[in-house]
Amino acid sequence: MTAARDAEPAKVIPIESAPSWQPEPTGPGLSDRIADAVGGALAGPLGSAATRALGKGWEGRAANGLSFLRRRITGDYEVDEFGFDRELTEEVLLSMLRPLAEKYFRVEVRGIENIPAEGGVLIVANHSGTIPLDALMTQIAIHDHHPRRRHLRMLAADLVFVLPVVGELARKAGHTLACGEDAAALLERGEVVGVWPEGFKGIGKPFAERYKLQRFGRGGFVASALRAGVPIVPCSIVGAEETYPMIGNARTLARALGLPYLPITPTFPWLGPLGAIPLPTKWTIQFGEPIPTDSYPPEAADDPMLVFDLTDQVRETIQHTLYKLLVQRRSVFF
Amino acid sequence: MGKVVLVTGVARHLGARFAARLAGRPGIDRVVGVDSREPWGGMTADGVEYVRVDLRRPAVARVIAEYDVDTVVHLDVSAGIQGGRATAKETNVIGTMQLLGACQKAPGLRRLVVKSTTAVYGSAPRDPAVFGERMPPKALPRSGFGKDATEVEGYVRGFARRRPDVAVTVLRFANIVGPAGDTPLCDYFALPVLPTVLGRDPRLQFVHEDDAVALLHLAATEPRPGTYNVAGDGVLLLSQCARRLGRPTVPLLGPALGLAAGLARRTGLADISPEQLQLLSHGRVVDTTELREGFGWTPTMTTPEAFADFAAAQSGGLLPPERLAAAADRLAGLLTRQNSPRS
Repeated sequence: MTAARDAEPAKVIPIESAPSWQPEPTGPGLSDRIADAVGGALAGPLGSAATRALGKGWEGRAANGLSFLRRRITGDYEVDEFGFDRELTEEVLLSMLRPLAEKYFRVEVRGIENIPAEGGVLIVANHSGTIPLDALMTQIAIHDHHPRRRHLRMLAADLVFVLPVVGELARKAGHTLACGEDAAALLERGEVVGVWPEGFKGIGKPFAERYKLQRFGRGGFVASALRAGVPIVPCSIVGAEETYPMIGNARTLARALGLPYLPITPTFPWLGPLGAIPLPTKWTIQFGEPIPTDSYPPEAADDPMLVFDLTDQVRETIQHTLYKLLVQRRSVFF
Repeated sequence: MGKVVLVTGVARHLGARFAARLAGRPGIDRVVGVDSREPWGGMTADGVEYVRVDLRRPAVARVIAEYDVDTVVHLDVSAGIQGGRATAKETNVIGTMQLLGACQKAPGLRRLVVKSTTAVYGSAPRDPAVFGERMPPKALPRSGFGKDATEVEGYVRGFARRRPDVAVTVLRFANIVGPAGDTPLCDYFALPVLPTVLGRDPRLQFVHEDDAVALLHLAATEPRPGTYNVAGDGVLLLSQCARRLGRPTVPLLGPALGLAAGLARRTGLADISPEQLQLLSHGRVVDTTELREGFGWTPTMTTPEAFADFAAAQSGGLLPPERLAAAADRLAGLLTRQNSPRS
């Protein structure tokens, strides 16, 4: 039989008639075939297995995921002028941080009602822990606990935006450079703006100085709040100090790498990447009573005395709240 | 008596379109187009009198005097000039100096409109996210078109001081796009695969060519002196642009991309300048409140709309968004189909 077929004279098949040769339909053809295969499998035995494995309603979640994917791959989403990608932040970035906040650090959020439902507000918090985990936890705390699910727009050090990947992610998560112009623009738009005025002095301080607030910069954040007439909400974070207890600082290496400090902790760098795992401390984030600034005239921002007074007031409030929370704390880890 | 408008750079796409739009409008007596090259497409539109003048030489003064020009629209400040950086810089900077010198000697001149660029703000990670007209950049652009434009604006400010009777309008345009775009960024987006900087996703703004022409028309006919940022509302990330165009991206390490761009430049494959690499790393966004409130004009097209119009005129990419969307829809459809009989 085969031999008989071979004996037949070879026929010339015009290329146009061979559908698989045409480049055009391969795209949908392939994707259709994959879609058919997946759909067939799901309709068949795999469907019930998936329901068992993924729980009820997985189809709905998968459909949501697909429509998310569809928007992402076609570029059909919006970012604001600062590069804030709301959808990506809510669906991906915050979802990735949530287990860390809820399960690992067991963040307890107090005083969320001090953040107004709308309008600009400046959150001022203490900074600690060598890696700005405290800032990320504050962001997710506000988003998850605030009834209006507001997004915190942080003012970050310029180092963040110089670094590739980190800078890109920070922009997409809604953060921007700590400078007067950006702060003013965000507050004017009625955003919740977060600032950590201690900066590297606070986050990179040795373990022995834990919960001692460092100098609050030059009070630029107060001037921004005064200009915009928005309230200042002091925020005290307990628990972040002990995530990476910094017992030393490799200054020379840090300078060579262009970093403000290079932490040495009991586990880092001795245990390599394992040493980069934060200690599972129990966190408390307390938002204090808002300090109103709208009673001052707009030119008050140029009054250095007033700016320093307000800066001190905010700093004292945070420091006292920290001491109070520390007294109440039963243990670092529980 | 109507106005006599001198337009520089009519050999380029934007200049030609603007001159054609102006010609024959009520209140406009004459439109004189000058350029050192033959006009775009071989001829200028009806009603535009073309004079071949090299702006780098003082000859333009004669043209201004001869036609009794009262409005000068200087569009010959541009990034993509054939003949390399040296020629571009000379045309941009020396050309502007000669033109301004001629303008200063023209007693009948009433209005000067200069096309500048938001590149004067540079692109750096340490700069504010959104630039206003009065914000000085942390680091001035040190090379390329941005530097040319900074210098041009400097000379224009000097001219405005010396001739307070002339209404000077400087328009800092974001990247101009349109179906027939001929800017370096448009050339970049025409590449089949877009090289990007690893770990960076710059924010970009666009203004549509039609809007640019309409705004120039307004600026040339009504005196609204000042410096204005011009950009469509909204922002697109480079990754979004690539996806909307259906072009795959190849993220490269910064230095590697620099090398690749240098190689492409030397072989004439693509013209990606170091300045453009900066833009592709850090992006740039400007605030247009001044344009909307001070100048009193809003672009009709937003940044995404302007880009969509540009993308529609491009040849299809390797990953057409419609097809990807259709595949995702099909999958979603199958999910609901197999789901519905059971529930």
